[in-house]
Order: sequence, then structure tokens, then C-alpha cells
Amino acid sequence: MSLGALFVRDVRLAWSAGGGGPVGVIFYLAVSAVAPFALGPDLPLLARLGPALLWIAVLLALLLGLERLFQSDQEDGTLDQLRLGGAPLELVVIVKAAAHWTAAALPLIVATPLAAILLNLDGATLALTLVTFLLGTPALALIGSIGAAVAVSLRRAGVLIAILVLPLSIPVLIFAVAAIEAAGAGRAVLPPLALLGALALVSAVVAPIAAAAALREID
Amino acid sequence: MSTSVSADRAARPSIINPGRFASLADRAIPWFAAATLIAFAVGLYFALWASPEDYQQGATVRIMYVHVPAAWLALFTYLVMTSAALGTLVWRHPLADVAAKAAAPIGAAFTLCALASGSVWGKPMWGAWWVWDARLTSMLILFFMYLGLIALWRAIDEPSRAARVAAITILVGFINIPIIKFSVDWWNTLHQGASVMRFDGPTIHASMLVPLFIMAIAFMLLFTTLHLATMRTELLRRRARSLRLRLARGAR
Amino acid sequence: MKSLQVAELCVDRGERRVLDRVSFTVAAGRACAVTGPNGVGKSTLLRAIAGLTGIESGTVTFLNWDSERAGAIHFVGHLDAVKPQFSVAENAAFWCRWLGDGSAGESVVEAALDTVGLLHLAEMPAQFLSQGQRRRLALARLRMAPRPLWLLDEPTAGLDTASRATFAAMMANHLAGGGLVLAATHEPLGIDGADELRLAPS
Repeated sequence: MSLGALFVRDVRLAWSAGGGGPVGVIFYLAVSAVAPFALGPDLPLLARLGPALLWIAVLLALLLGLERLFQSDQEDGTLDQLRLGGAPLELVVIVKAAAHWTAAALPLIVATPLAAILLNLDGATLALTLVTFLLGTPALALIGSIGAAVAVSLRRAGVLIAILVLPLSIPVLIFAVAAIEAAGAGRAVLPPLALLGALALVSAVVAPIAAAAALREID
Repeated sequence: MSTSVSADRAARPSIINPGRFASLADRAIPWFAAATLIAFAVGLYFALWASPEDYQQGATVRIMYVHVPAAWLALFTYLVMTSAALGTLVWRHPLADVAAKAAAPIGAAFTLCALASGSVWGKPMWGAWWVWDARLTSMLILFFMYLGLIALWRAIDEPSRAARVAAITILVGFINIPIIKFSVDWWNTLHQGASVMRFDGPTIHASMLVPLFIMAIAFMLLFTTLHLATMRTELLRRRARSLRLRLARGAR
Repeated sequence: MKSLQVAELCVDRGERRVLDRVSFTVAAGRACAVTGPNGVGKSTLLRAIAGLTGIESGTVTFLNWDSERAGAIHFVGHLDAVKPQFSVAENAAFWCRWLGDGSAGESVVEAALDTVGLLHLAEMPAQFLSQGQRRRLALARLRMAPRPLWLLDEPTAGLDTASRATFAAMMANHLAGGGLVLAATHEPLGIDGADELRLAPS
């Protein structure tokens, strides 16, 4: 029950004044809107590259909020208190990653239809893109929590987290975009989607253990 | 009910302490350096003169004798770092972190060497300096992982804290290497429109295997020499650091 | 009877040994003030007992306690763990749920805020609180979940005389109920007959 309280608290913090929630959505839409200026307003080209562009935008937008995931709690002493509650630190990490997903990734998914209009995606591609987001972004949030925990007490942690997390995120990107391409080429969509889900499960096991171990190293 | 928390890290005996390691390393480094030179001389002679040209690739196949061992060593270095990370996390051995930290730049250098030689090899074969070949792509990601770890070590001032945080990151990376390898292979076969030439395969002739083997030994010796030397330097750096700290504290 | 027994505790920070073979016992109903110059390891000692810092060697024993370590300790450190975006009541209610066993209701939160004199500010966003008021909000945690061992790091820093008296009464109340207090402090604790553990620079 108190884990639920932590979840609600984190989501509210992300969307209260000074939180990263709204900024992430604006960033996501801005990146999607900038792409046509680089590629030209060629609608068929945008429709072909659209899902990949959206995935890159999501990847970057999710990196934005990671720096503060544990750092804000570490700076004001909250993390010490969280460690003295009844719940093991691994569960705290899962709940905070889930809250990060809800506050940062879910709004991006909601905003995706809007971005899809800008990039001329058709309905079926948009639906499949949303499915890959639903499967892939939890893995990204969990992988990101490792980077956030490792860099928790460092100044200018944001860039370091990006450097650490991006190589680990590549498989998610590969399978997500592959699923969308497979649908476009008439191949089976299910294998890449299943692999994407498997990645989410693996990171759900590895990330809490690794992040909690890193958080215990602060003193 | 009573709860008791106890620890006894101080009294744990260690077979290799930093002091003894330093004197061992000082004695071993010249021998390993000499062995490295000899192995490279023999290996390069075989690779550049005493091995046949490929009937398709001609002389460019000789790049393989640098590229393949470098790629092997790039992976082997990560394996060394992983075992060192376990040493840090499980046994808290003071040398384990020194070994991991000293290995990272060497691993990055081997990876860069594999990438550069692959690129040079690729130019005459594919007509481009870079092709998103599965092996090269995996190597590129490995290179970024090395750079990330080096950046992490540089960001944390205090060695003992950096040690354990870096060890956790190394282990996470170790779990990820096969996942990345698999996903990149999968991605590559998906996008294989043009016929991409594989770098190696079961078709290597025995006359090429011998020089390759010698070159692999030479690279291994090079790694050992460099690793011992960088570990030695890192130990000195840490001693200088703790001396300075003690000086600052004594000055009040 | 409950007691906290620390034996031969050694803690390192970086390469420096901060605590070198520290041993002491705090019995139920007793308060112990940890004193000593800056940098001698008072905070480190409290964090080590709370399990927030790893120990190098030695033993920390919680004799005859009926709960796990984390559930038996209140820790009030230098940082107040107050989120400025939330109101005083929201901050308090979260810690009440997190540190308590979940059974505590709103009345417990209100009583705790009343004790530290913050009830009239309950709806105020915490960003408007003064340093002393934040401190009192942190101290209100002590009243929201019953935990036998209080580890306090300079608990009265930034408090005025009246608040100090209130806090001394809180501690006396806790001790009378069989609780234990271990406080790092530069000032008198305000408890009659408190023991003193003097840490000397090693």
C-alpha cells in the first residue's frame, strides 16, 4: 500500500511545477516537428521514416527526465527515508521506474497520434507504433533507472546517463522498428514484438537489482 | 528476537596485495614486452610475407591478421573487466578495481583498432569506409560501452566508490553484450539487401590459420604487457592521491 | 529488555578510517549523546547503525527487538526529506504511510503536526516554510510511526527555544515508553541523565 503512495507521489512530483513531465511531451512533439525541416516536406518519405523518427524522439525524451529520477530524492534526504521503510530497495526502484514510465512515457504515447499527423502516418502504422511503444518504453524506463542510479550523486549526470544508457537501449530500438517494418513489408510482426516483450522482462529482472546495488553505494 | 549486523572485511587475508603485485609487475613487464615484440615480429612476417593471398581478395586479406585478433581482444578485455568487477563486488579485492579501470582504455583501443582495420578492409571490398555489417556494428556499440565506462570512472573522484559503481555497470554491460550481439545480427540479416561479404567463416584455409594464431598470441601478450603497465601506473596514481589527502589533512 | 549494542565498529569513508573500534551500549529508556569535534564521524556512526553506510568490521546488535532493523529505526539526518512542491500535510501523510505499518490514519498525522506546532500550516506548500519549520516537519516523522530507536543528527539545529522545549518533551515521552535515543549533537540534549559518547579524532 505504501508502495502505491510512493508511485502516486512520484507521478505527482513529475507533473507538478518544476517537474519534467510536460517538458518531455513538448520536447517529443518539437523533435517530431523538426524532422520534416531536415528531410523536406515530402509526405511519402515522411510516412516511410515516421515510425523510426518517433522512436528516436521517444528515446531522447525519456532520457531527459532520467537525471532527476533518483537524484532529487538523494539530494533532499528522501532516499535515506525510503531505505528505512519496510520495502526492499529493489521494489522501490521498480515502483519509481513505473512512476517514471507513467509520468514520462505514457504522455508521449498519448501525444503520438498528434505527432503521427505531422509525419503523415496511416492508421495501421500508427496503431502498430503505439503497440511497440507500449512494449518497448517500459524496458527503456527500466534500463534508464540503472543509469540514473549509477550516476545519482554526480554533477552533470545527464550526459553521462545518456552515454551509459544509449548502447543498452539499441536492442529495444532494433526490435521496435523492425516490427513496424515487418508489417510494412508483409512479414510476420509477432517475432519482433515477442522479442521486444522479452527485453522488457529481462530488464525488469536486471534493472532493479543493479540499480538498487548502485543506490546502496551512496553514503 | 535480536538482529545482529556484523562485518569483517579488514581481516580477510589477501594473497596478492598491491605492494607485492607492484614488485611482481615491475619484474614481469620487461619479459612480457620482449615476448610481445618477438611474437609480433614472427606473426607479422607470416601475415605479410609467408601467407598466401586470397584468390578473391588479394593482398587485402592480410588486414584480417590485425582485424580479427583485435576484435577478439576487444571482447577478451571486457571479459577481464567482468571478472575484475566480480572481484570488486564479491571479494572487495583492492586490486580488482585497479585491474578493471586499467583495462578499459586498452579495451577501447583494441575496439578502435578492430573498427579502423575493418573500415580499411571494407573500402576495397565494399567501396565504402563504413558498412553496417553486423560484426562491425556490434564492435561500434562495444566501443561506446567502453567510452561510457571510462567517462564514469572519470566522473567519480573517489576510487573506492567508483570501484563498486563501475563494477555494477560492467556487469550490466556484460549481460547486455549477448543481447546486443543477437539483436544486431538479427537486424543485419533483416536488412541484408546487397550481398555483404562475411569477414570470416569456416572457409579459412590452414595456411591462413597459423599466422592468425600467432598474431592472436602476439595481441594477447601485448594486452598483458599494457595491462600490467597501466595497473602499475594506476596504483602509483592512487598512492599519490592518498599521500596528498594525508598531507592536506595533516596541514589542517 | 531492548538494547542497542555496538562492538568494535570500524567504518571507512574513502580510504580514511573514520570510526575506529567504537563500542558502546544504549539500553531501553536511555538517551545517548554522541559528541566530538567536526569531522570525527558522528553522522557516519548514525548512518552506519541505520544501515545506510557499509561497515568495515565490527558488530551492531539489536538485542531483544521484535522487528527488523529498518523497521525499528527513525533517522533524522541533516536533510529534512521535505518536498517543497507538496503541502505540509501531504509531506507528513506520505511519510506516515511509508514509515508506518499502513494502519495509521489522518488523525495520527494531525496529532504529529500538532505536536511540532505545524497544524495551522497543514495546507501550506512546504516551499514557504522557514528552515526551522522544515526541521519541525522532519521531526514530526518521529511521532507518526512508533519505532523504538531514534537516530538523530543535530536534531535541534535551526530550532528556537520553544521548539527545543517541545522536542525535549517528545524525547522524554519516547524514553518513558521504553524507547532509545542516539543523538549526534554539539549542544545539551535537554534530557536529564543522558549518557555521553565522546568520539575523539583518530
